[in-house]
Amino acid sequence: MSYEVLGITVLWFFLYGYLIVASIDFGAGFFHFYNKAFHRNYQVNRLIQRYLSPVWEVTNVFLVFFFVGIIGFFPDTAYYFGTALLVPGSISIVLIAIRGSYYAFNTYGSSDNLIYSFLYGMSGLLIPASFTIVLTISEGGYLDIQDGNVTLLLGELFTSAYSWSVVILAIVSVLFISASFLTYYAYKAGDTESYHLFRRYTLGWSLPTILASIFIFFAISQHNPDHFTEMLHISWMFFLSLLFFLVSVYLIYKKRRHGLAFVLVMLQFFSAWFGYGASHLPYLLYPYLTIYDGFVNETMAFALILAFLAGLLLLLPSLYFLMRLFLFDADYVKGKR
Amino acid sequence: MFMEYDPALYSRILTGVTLAFHIIFATIGVGVPLMIAIAEWMGIRKKDPHYQLLARRWARGFVVTVAVGVVTGTAIGLQLSLLWPNFMQVAGQTIALPLFMEVFAFFFEAIFLGIYLYTWDRFKKPMRHFLLIIPVVIGASLSAFFITTVNSFMNAPHGFQIIHGVLTDVNPLAAMFNPATPTKTAHVLATSYLTSAFILGMIAAVKLLKGDRHVYHKKALRMTMMSAFVFSIATVLIGDFSGKYLAEYQPEKLAAAEWHFETETEAPLVFGGVLTEENEIKYAIEIPYALSILAHGTPDAEVVGLEEFPKEDTAPPYVHYFFDGMVAIGMYLAFISFLYLLISWLKKDWLHTKFLLWGVAIGGPLSLLATEFGWFFTEIGRQPWILYGIMRTPDGATTSLHVDLMLYLFIALYIILGITCAIVLRKMFRSNPAAHELEQRGFETGGDR
Ligand code: HDD
Ligand code: HEM
Ligand code: HEM
Repeated sequence: MSYEVLGITVLWFFLYGYLIVASIDFGAGFFHFYNKAFHRNYQVNRLIQRYLSPVWEVTNVFLVFFFVGIIGFFPDTAYYFGTALLVPGSISIVLIAIRGSYYAFNTYGSSDNLIYSFLYGMSGLLIPASFTIVLTISEGGYLDIQDGNVTLLLGELFTSAYSWSVVILAIVSVLFISASFLTYYAYKAGDTESYHLFRRYTLGWSLPTILASIFIFFAISQHNPDHFTEMLHISWMFFLSLLFFLVSVYLIYKKRRHGLAFVLVMLQFFSAWFGYGASHLPYLLYPYLTIYDGFVNETMAFALILAFLAGLLLLLPSLYFLMRLFLFDADYVKGKR
Repeated sequence: MFMEYDPALYSRILTGVTLAFHIIFATIGVGVPLMIAIAEWMGIRKKDPHYQLLARRWARGFVVTVAVGVVTGTAIGLQLSLLWPNFMQVAGQTIALPLFMEVFAFFFEAIFLGIYLYTWDRFKKPMRHFLLIIPVVIGASLSAFFITTVNSFMNAPHGFQIIHGVLTDVNPLAAMFNPATPTKTAHVLATSYLTSAFILGMIAAVKLLKGDRHVYHKKALRMTMMSAFVFSIATVLIGDFSGKYLAEYQPEKLAAAEWHFETETEAPLVFGGVLTEENEIKYAIEIPYALSILAHGTPDAEVVGLEEFPKEDTAPPYVHYFFDGMVAIGMYLAFISFLYLLISWLKKDWLHTKFLLWGVAIGGPLSLLATEFGWFFTEIGRQPWILYGIMRTPDGATTSLHVDLMLYLFIALYIILGITCAIVLRKMFRSNPAAHELEQRGFETGGDR
């Protein structure tokens, strides 16, 4: 594997990690607010808090990792995306700032506060939508590049079916991934009431998720036919994704193997994510920038990969420790600790 | 607006605003874990529930400030690419390594902070729980170290060559361990510890001033002031080394800070004062030989003056005030913590007098102010360069049309975050005072001493 492909694969992995943990996090924040505002079920909220509290900061680091890494491995992306994304990027930053800090204010502060809960619940839902603009732009057709000046064509962006289809998919997947995880978590906690609620949410959001995914294929074939052709070459990955989806929904519907069902949801997004990513290569930005012309010098690439491996050696055991204490510890999950 | 739109100017202001806000929380984020660790350690060693509770309560406040540190840090990280795309393109080729490693350090810290906060009563041996704060201390200090090497690189770019406009011979380790790294990282770490000690000391002092004479606060004050004294000595010493670094590698920055126009030996240190149109210094205090000592360690050393540099290559003269402010506060912090220790040896009865407590209390905001002054001095003092000697600041900036709007957006964001954070912290400790919590946990209530 060339350094270029290795680099982008590592980054894509981290973005996938972020996709999963952040979806759980953002969705949970939204459900938390929803339940509180409409006086649904207090027990659910206690369950959500018990999961979220120890891990939210870890979630954020996945994101930071990605954008620091991409500047490291592909410095030219700073030039293209940096200039174009000032406004949407700043909006994302503001949303992240509100989400993270109001989460902490509400959770660690002395009293639960509905406004704080609203702020972090809603901002969490908008963050994925605002981030997807990067993916949308990378398909090409939304940037104007003339004598060294990069400008974002906002009109094109807001009127394009493709960009909206990505936004919709982002929002429904967040709710779907989050609900399916919380179903499993509530089941483990032996919290029947929450379990039934989240199971209903999962099943409810499953159909919109798959419809939105199908809609994306259609929109991409219109917007970027080259990319679509590439996707057809590896269509098995997308069929695999569909299969994972169907089995997981079936299991949840039948109330069986909840852990496996969530793993299948993760695999569903894994295969779709890597299918999308692989077919996007070698382009980082259609048609201006590929992984080969934007790559960092070899010495730095080597140093970054070494640092990455050393970092993994440190992180994987620590992450495992964290999960053992909070995710796989039955007493903690049940609220006995 | 009243000035012509210049994206580079707005980018500078926006970067400055974000960093000035971030650095408050970052400094606390680097220093407070160390203080928590010290308190928990003393609590275990002395079997003293007061210290245990100190660690607990500090940690509880700390999570809130970390959260703001994390989100503003994320903002800077993204903003660097959004506002300085051309600079980041070069930085990515040369100094990406520590930036990348910083994230690992954060990651490590975040994981263990999560564990630490939720496992207070989970282990049978308290030592086990103490061990969990160690990775947090290491992670926080390492991330400060790594990010400061990036800033050092901007001041002393090393580890690459530019031949006919092409960047070659990149050496990531040489870029990271550039000549500015030793003094800069050491000074940043020492001052973060110092500032955190003073902020926590301030909380104890204010409680005592308000008439809450609980021994809990007295122990907190004693512990923070002892630490603060050690860190303030370190700060002043390393500050002195930083001056020597500047004299050797960025002499025009030191000269701008000191309004030192003519190259001369036995140079005096100029403190305060005003500068006239003709570059005459008025109303300043002059300390003979002090600049020569600061720059080279001997009273008769020659110090390069501003006259030797073209005017467009030097920083604006107002950096002088930032430098003076920082140094004056540094001296004050060393003095007041020393005074506390002196009194605690010689005349214990005076230990909790109003005068001394006030002296400590204002040390809190002053130390943060010194941190801000220090950063404004290094950053503005580096101007007109974003990469010293290599890239000028406007050349690194974005050309986007909306930086001004974004500036207002972020100012509003920071105001809201700052205010809510203050409200939440106040409420947290108001509604649950230390004496109350001690009682709840089943310890004596404890009066005077
Ligand atoms: C509590 C904060 C604080 C205090 C009391 C001091 N400093 Fe400082 N100083 C900083 C906080 C700081 C800082 C925020 O950490 C800076 C800004 C950038 C940097 O590298 O460190 C800094 C930078 C800085 C620089 C510039 C380094 C460079 O540009 O490379 C010099 C020469 C000094 N300091 C010297 C001193 C001296 C002689 C002090 C003492 C008496 C002193 N500082 C007290
Ligand atoms: C370690 C990391 C840092 C990096 C990489 C960094 C980077 C930058 C960059 C790229 C700029 C814009 C160019 C310039 O005007 O100099 C800047 C400006 C500025 N930074 Fe830093 N900075 C760092 C630390 C800080 C901190 C912690 C502060 C805290 C107060 C700070 C204060 C400022 C200010 C005030 C400006 C505006 C300067 C001006 O008005 O000319 N910097 N910094
Ligand atoms: C240009 C300069 C800087 C950048 C790009 C930057 C970047 C970041 C980022 C991305 C985060 C969030 C990390 C997370 O998600 O956990 C963060 C938080 C933080 N930063 Fe900064 N930072 C800068 C300057 C500084 C400086 C100068 C210091 C210290 C002296 C510092 C210390 C911290 C600390 C302590 C936190 C809190 C996070 C934690 O405790 O986990 N940063 N910074």
